[in-house]
Amino acid sequence: MNIVVLVKQVPDTETERKLDPADSTVDRAASDGVINELDEYAIEEALRLKEKHGGEVTILTVGPEQATDSIRKALSMGADKAVHVCDDALAGSDALQTAYAIAQTLGTLEYDLVILGSESTDARTGVVGAALAEYLGLPQLTLANKVDVDGTSVKIQRQTDDGYQVVEATLPAVISVVEKINEPRYPSFKLIMAAKKKPVTKLSIAEAGIDADKVGLANATTQVVDFAPAPPRTAGTVVKDEGNGGVLIADFLASKKFV
Amino acid sequence: MSTSHGPAAPDPLDFLAVDSSLSAEERAVRDTVREFGRRELLPHVAEWFAAGTIPDPHGLARKFGQLGLLGMHLDGYGCPGAGAVAYGLACRELEAVDSGLRSFVSVQGSLAMTAIHRYGSEEQKQQWLPRMAAGEAIGCFGLTEPDSGSDPGAMRTRARRVGADWVLTGTKMWITNGSVADVAVVWAGTEEGIRGFLVPAGTPGFTATVIERKLSLRASITAALSLDEVRLPDSARLPLAAGLRAPLSCLTEARYGIVWGAAGAARACYEAALEYATSREQFGQPIAAFQLTQRKLAEMVVDVNQASLTALHLGRLKEAGACHHYQVSFGKLANVAAAQRVAAKARSVHGANGITLDYPVLRHLLNLETVATYEGTEEIHTLSLGQAVTGISAFR
Ligand SMILES: Cc1cc2nc3c(=O)[nH]c(=O)nc-3n(C[C@H](O)[C@H](O)[C@H](O)COP(=O)(O)OP(=O)(O)OC[C@H]3O[C@@H](n4cnc5c(N)ncnc54)[C@H](O)[C@@H]3O)c2cc1C
Ligand SMILES: Cc1cc2nc3c(=O)[nH]c(=O)nc-3n(C[C@H](O)[C@H](O)[C@H](O)COP(=O)(O)OP(=O)(O)OC[C@H]3O[C@@H](n4cnc5c(N)ncnc54)[C@H](O)[C@@H]3O)c2cc1C
Repeated sequence: MNIVVLVKQVPDTETERKLDPADSTVDRAASDGVINELDEYAIEEALRLKEKHGGEVTILTVGPEQATDSIRKALSMGADKAVHVCDDALAGSDALQTAYAIAQTLGTLEYDLVILGSESTDARTGVVGAALAEYLGLPQLTLANKVDVDGTSVKIQRQTDDGYQVVEATLPAVISVVEKINEPRYPSFKLIMAAKKKPVTKLSIAEAGIDADKVGLANATTQVVDFAPAPPRTAGTVVKDEGNGGVLIADFLASKKFV
Repeated sequence: MSTSHGPAAPDPLDFLAVDSSLSAEERAVRDTVREFGRRELLPHVAEWFAAGTIPDPHGLARKFGQLGLLGMHLDGYGCPGAGAVAYGLACRELEAVDSGLRSFVSVQGSLAMTAIHRYGSEEQKQQWLPRMAAGEAIGCFGLTEPDSGSDPGAMRTRARRVGADWVLTGTKMWITNGSVADVAVVWAGTEEGIRGFLVPAGTPGFTATVIERKLSLRASITAALSLDEVRLPDSARLPLAAGLRAPLSCLTEARYGIVWGAAGAARACYEAALEYATSREQFGQPIAAFQLTQRKLAEMVVDVNQASLTALHLGRLKEAGACHHYQVSFGKLANVAAAQRVAAKARSVHGANGITLDYPVLRHLLNLETVATYEGTEEIHTLSLGQAVTGISAFR
């Protein structure tokens, strides 16, 4: 079974993340790039499926030159090869355009399953999986916390607020995963050493079959109108316990709709 | 980068950009161990230190093994075959968590596995190395004795021939992982000189007793080994180990890891102090605003970066096959002393908080007492350097 895992490089959530005031895109120089956390779960799930059913795991990344580091990490976790669509024309593409670019690139690959994280920690739109399935005309199984493949079909547990749904589809299909699904492995040093020798195919948009008029900031379907940094944290409220502390805390929680 | 701005200001956490020359793989190793340490080790290490033990050493060994930390720099037999710098970086990041955890990896990989890898028979290598690399088996290295530490040539443990077999008698002291090891590499005197033996746990006459009440390297298990007429076949002897040079060559490997590890402990203390100094206020200001604190921080950043540079330089020499054991002595002496200075200053910056396990500084400072003692004390490495530069031995 051949699985393609979509991997996005995002600014490290542990560092201060910024937008570039000039064009409202992510300021990539401001913080280190890392694999989007949920994508690590997607990689892990793909590796587990491969360990069970055989086949190959291919990493597909659409992103700038620096994303090579994230691709290497994915290969160090055990993926077999990678495709990196890297083209200046892609800069500033929004979620829908990214889904389009991925769909076009997938047209050049053979796969039974596409797995991705259900959202990225930077934009958090959570729409790429759904849009991609639409572009490809494939079934989408989103928010999976469990995946089982059986021959030509795939069954997932779809996480909901109050439980889960069981959803089934025929292959090929697009699956997005949530972090409950597994515990991603650490790259092993042996695989880190081997990653250098694994094939990474770099594609321009033309090579990936992507139409230049459909991607990039100028053609984006959504626009960042304005942004502002989060307000600095204000000092907390001190509740003095004069016998009624419990009541005051309950009132506070209720006022914030926590209870 | 526009020329009007000039070079970027140094990163306080890597002031000399020592890591800028690392390869992509080396960075990947560094990041993996750092993240593993932050997620899997750091949340527990204070507890382990307080308890004076590692509660599940075999579980920990398997986690280390899965990453490839055990015998990381060795080739074949399930070992990753990493370069010296990658191995050093792993030691640095582990010891930034705790010297005891780096010791675990050093003893397994650089001492026990290196002894088998270098001096063992093919059967011994096949039998032990893959399991040790995977963390399925733990090894220890028994050289020191109650009456022979800096002067291992004076060891009293004896191995005598009885027919085709060997019979070992003696006591080994201060043996890291001695009581949890599946196999002990034991050095003993014979009529032909010092030889190494692989003693499996459970061999009749072989017992290990945990050493309690340590005040240093508490997140590490230390034991005394007792060998009372332990009978072993000749196939338990390391066939290629002849003389004291064999264990000493393993120690050089482990010391190389300490050179890096000490830089890691120093960095962790400095980072903690920097963070504490900028957030703790006294006299209406962060204590980082006082000149006396800034002097401490400045001296720390110098020590940390010089230690890191020394480690990296020795690593590159080692990769080129050009690192002499005297140079490793230099690194051990210099970097452990630097780490001790940094840890002591970091402790003071933390005021009363600095004496607790809620902050890493006193834990590191206490650990470094061991790090300064094992694998050659400060005095012994000073004498090594003295001998190296003068050509005169002042050891005896
Ligand atoms: C926590 C811990 C773990 C250890 N793990 C291991 C292990 O796994 N395997 C193992 O084999 N050993 C291990 N050791 C032992 C360690 O290697 C020895 O403690 C070390 O070699 C010093 O020996 P010693 O303690 O007998 O001190 P001694 O050799 O008795 O030295 C005492 C003091 O005298 C000084 N001294 C000695 N000779 C001279 C000289 N010629 N000139 C000037 N000063 C001198 C020393 O520098 C030191 O200050 C461990 C020790 C500790 C504390
Ligand atoms: C075991 C123990 C028992 C104690 N018992 C008592 C007790 O019985 N009663 C009691 O009242 N207290 C007690 N103390 C508290 C002790 O007196 C304080 O820890 C001490 O005054 C230092 O204060 P601090 O810990 O808040 O450190 P801080 O004042 O926060 O100092 C942190 C660091 O900043 C430095 N610093 C602060 N100001 C300046 C400056 N202007 N310029 C340069 N450097 C500066 C300090 O020297 C130190 O290195 C005890 C402490 C301990 C550890």
